[in-house]
Amino acid sequence: MSRLAQLFEGTRAEKRAALVGYLPAGYPTVGESKDLLAATIDAGADLVEVGVPYSDPVMDGPTIQAAADTALRNGFRLRHVFEVVESVASRGGRAVVMTYWNPVFHYGVDRFARDLAAAGGLGLITPDLTPDEAGDWLAASDQHGLDRIFLVAPSSSEERIALTAKATTGFVYATAVMGVTGARESVGASAADLVGRTRKHTDLPIGVGLGVRSGDQAAEVAAFADAVIVGSALVTKAADGTAALGALAAELAEGVRRPAVPA
Amino acid sequence: MPEAEPVTEKDPKQQRTSHDPDERGHFGPYGGRFLPEALMGALDELSAEYDKARLDPEFTGEFARLLSGYAGRPSLLTEAPRFAEHAGGARIFLKREDLNHTGSHKINNVLGQALLTKRMGKKRVIAETGAGQHGVATATACALLDLECVVYMGEVDTERQALNVARMRLLGAEVIPVKTGSRTLKDAINEALRDWVTNVDTTHYLLGTAAGAHPFPVMVRNFHKVIGEEARKQILELTGRLPDAVAACVGGGSNAIGIFHGFIDDPGVRLVGLEPGGKGIETGEHGATLTEGTPGTLHGALSYLLQDEDGQTIEAYSISAGLDYPGVGPEHSWLKDTGRAEYRAVTDAEAMEAFQLLSRTEGIIPAIESAHALAGALKLGHELGEDGHILVSLSGRGDKDVDTAARYFKLVEDV
Ligand SMILES: Cc1ncc(COP(=O)(O)O)c(C=O)c1O
Repeated sequence: MSRLAQLFEGTRAEKRAALVGYLPAGYPTVGESKDLLAATIDAGADLVEVGVPYSDPVMDGPTIQAAADTALRNGFRLRHVFEVVESVASRGGRAVVMTYWNPVFHYGVDRFARDLAAAGGLGLITPDLTPDEAGDWLAASDQHGLDRIFLVAPSSSEERIALTAKATTGFVYATAVMGVTGARESVGASAADLVGRTRKHTDLPIGVGLGVRSGDQAAEVAAFADAVIVGSALVTKAADGTAALGALAAELAEGVRRPAVPA
Repeated sequence: MPEAEPVTEKDPKQQRTSHDPDERGHFGPYGGRFLPEALMGALDELSAEYDKARLDPEFTGEFARLLSGYAGRPSLLTEAPRFAEHAGGARIFLKREDLNHTGSHKINNVLGQALLTKRMGKKRVIAETGAGQHGVATATACALLDLECVVYMGEVDTERQALNVARMRLLGAEVIPVKTGSRTLKDAINEALRDWVTNVDTTHYLLGTAAGAHPFPVMVRNFHKVIGEEARKQILELTGRLPDAVAACVGGGSNAIGIFHGFIDDPGVRLVGLEPGGKGIETGEHGATLTEGTPGTLHGALSYLLQDEDGQTIEAYSISAGLDYPGVGPEHSWLKDTGRAEYRAVTDAEAMEAFQLLSRTEGIIPAIESAHALAGALKLGHELGEDGHILVSLSGRGDKDVDTAARYFKLVEDV
């Protein structure tokens, strides 16, 4: 069983959703990003997504774009992502990497998978790589025992959800709304609908991301999803340091533990 | 009497030529779709609609009518003998895309995609623009066809092409300056993609070059093929033979792929793409993607790319806003690898010299983009010698560049 599967077995036994927190590696610096990830895990995140800052983040809104720019300006290099993942793993945390495809392609898909596995990473989330183009990554993830988390969207057809779910391992990432990353007032009904449609095609856990920013929203999403994924809201708090970040992560962790009330 | 064959809808695949990509948009290893899942539905819809439209006489007829009755096609073929005196005696022929309505080749693709937008029942169009030519063409077609139009333009480009910003606004488009990244074409495309992901139900992304995710590269190419088809006929009529070489500038690659395709099955015709060499390849300040880049993904396709050791996109540089792009359309990458086309870099200085030369010898002020092709033709002329015939894609006119040229040549005080 993959380590992500074990994670979800645990949270299912506790009858709660998992909390997944996103932070970019190297933001604001490589060293500080390790501390921020540690604070997120200590406050109760079950899994962290370590983002790779990238020059052309078309899936990201202003918050994560600005953080990526800062990280790159402060000297983030791709090899640092392995160092950051290792810092999470060495203190017993679980990490997957979220990255646009070109850095992986350019590094070498198999080589990236090997180095990520060696650093203790559990898998990859690929926002601009769909299973259609993922032949090399399917092979490399099998070879190195990594989970491959693909995304489904409200606009995905039944066929595409089926195809995506079939290629995915670990969990399916459901993007709650049509749009880019960024904290939102509400995550919308489309998320619950998408999770429902996706469940018809897979028994894999389903995580919902894009827009969650508060404990209440986390609780709302936790009522229908297996994982609540929080990015921009954490990145915003990260600017205020580990204490502020830890407080938000703790609020979100409390949210995913609230008894589920049907929406 | 034998029964007649039942009339069935023609299989779009039968329309494919040996130069078409595979079902998923691959030219050899290049192309494909590297974009968020959220856009896959829209790309599928666009592919399906385009595959139907390209076989539908109603669509192709309306497109042809707009090209002739609105854009002013066919565009002229003009020989440039005084300019050619500087090209080692070769004859040079200009395919006059500068004479199209809105002043460049861009209108061909824009009219095609705007008609498709109508067909898909979408009411809102977004576009990116570098030099402003694609934005102006898009704003024009949207005015004509009653579509809402939003154009993303890098802030740097809104400054160096201020007149085109005013033109787009006159035509009723909203122009949004993009302040992220290098604040040029690449970032305008990023911002347009973000808009598209958010508004895909109502909005068509009218991409302005033969790059991006499938079906854009093949679709944009096919809308521009008319350039090469006309030119082939015209040059045969004029000279009785095919040219030795076809020269075109390459930004994303749309005017080049359009003119190349008129000659792609003529193995004796060299296809030469001219990329922006900026301040010189050795300075690192250029946009010569095919000459200097390596394969990578950007804006939805795998193609040659200017990138650093970590796969981060490198900002391109060119005096010409329309060529200032670190990526290139995937079919060009394939043509480079197969050797069917060759790609060379032309510096800012060489392009500006050709810009001035054409103005003074032929009374034609070219776009600075097109001046790269002209500079390439001057060199090719010397290589080919007296009997050489060179066809140049004069992709646009230089009105938009007068300000840049005035500064470059210090033509007026205080600019
Ligand atoms: C006149 C002209 N030529 C060429 C280009 C470059 O585009 P492409 O390589 O797609 O033809 C542009 C782009 O703005 C342009 O305005």
